[in-house]
Amino acid sequence: MMPFKVVILWTDALLFLLIAAVITFCIVVRARPHLSQPWRYVAHSKQGMAALVFLGFFLVVGVLDSLHFRPRLVVTDATQRATFAVQTLSVLDVVAAPLRTRTEKTYSAPLATNLFAKETLDLPGGGRERIFPRLVYGGAHLTDPHTDWSTDVLRTAAAGLGVAAIVWNIVALLVTGFVANTTGRRFVQAWRAIWHDQEAVPWRVILISAAVLIVVLVPMSVMSVKYHVLGTDKVGQDVFYLTLKSIRTGLVIAILATLVMLPFAMVLGIMAGYFRGWIDDIIQYIYTTLNSIPGVLLIAAAVLMMQAYMGTHPEMFDTVEQRQDLRLLFLCLILGVTSWTGLCRLLRGETLKLRELEYVQAARAFGVSDASIITRHILPNVMHIVLITVVMDFSGLVLAEAVLSYVGVGVDPTMISFGNMINAARLEMAREPIVWWSLASAFVFMLLMVLSANLFADAVRDAFDPRIARQVKRGGIAMVAADS
Amino acid sequence: MTAYLVRRVLYAIPILLGVNLITFALFFAINSPDDMGRLALGGKRVTAEALEKWKSDKGYDKAYFYDADASGYARITNTIFFTKSARMFVFDFGTADDGRDIASEMHARIWPSLAIAIPTFLVGIACYITFALLLAFFRATYVDFSGVVACVVAMSISGLFYIIAGQYLISKLWHLVPISGFSGGSGALKFLVLPVAIGIVGGVGASTRWYRTIFLEEINKDYVRTARARGLAESRILFRHVLHNAMIPILTGVVVVIPTLFLGSLIMESFFSIPGLGSYTIDAINDQDYGIVRSMVFLGSFLYIVGLILTDISYTLADPRVRLQ
Repeated sequence: MMPFKVVILWTDALLFLLIAAVITFCIVVRARPHLSQPWRYVAHSKQGMAALVFLGFFLVVGVLDSLHFRPRLVVTDATQRATFAVQTLSVLDVVAAPLRTRTEKTYSAPLATNLFAKETLDLPGGGRERIFPRLVYGGAHLTDPHTDWSTDVLRTAAAGLGVAAIVWNIVALLVTGFVANTTGRRFVQAWRAIWHDQEAVPWRVILISAAVLIVVLVPMSVMSVKYHVLGTDKVGQDVFYLTLKSIRTGLVIAILATLVMLPFAMVLGIMAGYFRGWIDDIIQYIYTTLNSIPGVLLIAAAVLMMQAYMGTHPEMFDTVEQRQDLRLLFLCLILGVTSWTGLCRLLRGETLKLRELEYVQAARAFGVSDASIITRHILPNVMHIVLITVVMDFSGLVLAEAVLSYVGVGVDPTMISFGNMINAARLEMAREPIVWWSLASAFVFMLLMVLSANLFADAVRDAFDPRIARQVKRGGIAMVAADS
Repeated sequence: MTAYLVRRVLYAIPILLGVNLITFALFFAINSPDDMGRLALGGKRVTAEALEKWKSDKGYDKAYFYDADASGYARITNTIFFTKSARMFVFDFGTADDGRDIASEMHARIWPSLAIAIPTFLVGIACYITFALLLAFFRATYVDFSGVVACVVAMSISGLFYIIAGQYLISKLWHLVPISGFSGGSGALKFLVLPVAIGIVGGVGASTRWYRTIFLEEINKDYVRTARARGLAESRILFRHVLHNAMIPILTGVVVVIPTLFLGSLIMESFFSIPGLGSYTIDAINDQDYGIVRSMVFLGSFLYIVGLILTDISYTLADPRVRLQ
């Protein structure tokens, strides 16, 4: 019997569907040189690839956190029927099990051994004293934190750095092996080419970004076995764990909202531009109307309605996770429906231009049907606009989640997300000394995610924007751009 | 031009009607008046009489769009859509759930909203255009490069960070201005400085980059080359010719925003406890007050359409070649 029951939440299914679609897209593009050419520019861009390394980390965490299951409970009754826990876990929860389960009583600072707040304790010999109690897990192995703490922290950090060095070396070996294999060079030659940045793909930059990521994350993980690296929050949960969990929420919102928006924008935009006439009038009317409603208000009104609906229909979900997930899905739907107008307008304009070009006119003269003209001739030629918009919107949606959750129309209040973390930590700003660590972790991780998304988006835009002229220089690609 | 404006105004009517239909559908597609009544009265154990009474008190005991039983115009006027949504066309917003008149509440709250929004808007634009011109002046140098990098980093930081960090540093640590609050008259100044400053800083990344792109596009045009060939100083070219010619793309993005300034900023006002329209909306969202949210949506759309018309008019002022017909 399976020791667990696989749970596929709605957002998981859509996420996996999207990943499958992206892989198919890659395979299709690889076989066609004219389509893969711009992607080669992206692969040769230093900032783009450095950003991709970081994005890759976030994506891996997000995917690990999307593999959900319900562990089986130990069966003691005679029927031997399998019963499963009510709580849905993800693979990330299992990997980070020590972080998830070892909760303290309340706030503790990063790497602390004692609680942040004083408590009155009964002394063994009678009498009471107000002290900072020791943490149950953080630094519990130390006998005397006053003397041992600094050496132990340094020793653990050094051990973590050692592990990081090993991990990075393995990565570097794999990369060099890959380069040697594809270029048919000897291993040492390949390494030299990488190190002197002679490859078209900026492997050196990729390895350096990977080094930064590994040097920060691996020691943090090693230390998190003994300490709460980023402290604990109000109910004693490890902030590092919360931060890792927030990544999925941000990713899902950004990715799924785009997925919802694309069909609206593409179908309506191309139809409006291609057929013109009354179809164009109707579509223009629809998007002008939607556009004229202030974005946040429309989202707020929609979420408000959904909240009321879910309040009156509690039978729609069995577990808390399902409720959270449904609400997340609704939020993505709403964000998608409210954000397609911009892309739709761009596509309409481009299609209006394209339909007058000779090759489309020729196709029409030959009697090619409208459907095949659109799919064969129009669609491939507007794809660059779609791609640029998709990558550009990604970071905005991650940031929007935090703001919407703050306003109260974002994800479920019980869901772990950057917005909810900030919201909870904000209320503690008045404390003296202040609790800064949850706020700082949420902001730093969010900044990393959005910044790498922005940098990658810029690289993609530079590669696909036809207004940018390119010059080939020294094997690499130099962009002569009006804007960068 | 008059004919054009009349047409635009007429065109606004179906759009506003559509906006009303969308919000109306949003409210009643998934929540019937019965659901709303149960939610308002609390709990599942609501008697049918109490529900009916609530519905007739609030005016929800009517048909949605068309009442076949009524006669004459009442078939359309005696419906929920007409009494609740269509009345907003004459700016009759009705009353909020707490019994207060929404329109008079809006009148009182519009001034604090404007007190924040207008300085943020004006000073912000002046700053962004100055920065962007500086970057364009030093284009393709390290000044420009580091400026662009700073912009990308600045636009990657969550707006909430600027607010929280600003409140902590300036109000809590340095005690320069109060953390939040508002007062009328000249006392308002000390409450306004921080939100306005944060509002400007929060937009600096994205806006500067956007204006810089506009200026750089303009700088590659022929008339700039001619001006240089004639020996004009670079600063004069930039601040006089390029700035003037970049007005059209700048106006496209800027003028449309002006009317929506009246709506206030949801986030800023609630963080700084400013009794404006933004915090009014947030409170309404949290209290699930449909009447207020609906009115704000209508007002927002109305102002947006006004903004679009103003944009067209501003083109004719900025560029004599543009004629509206």
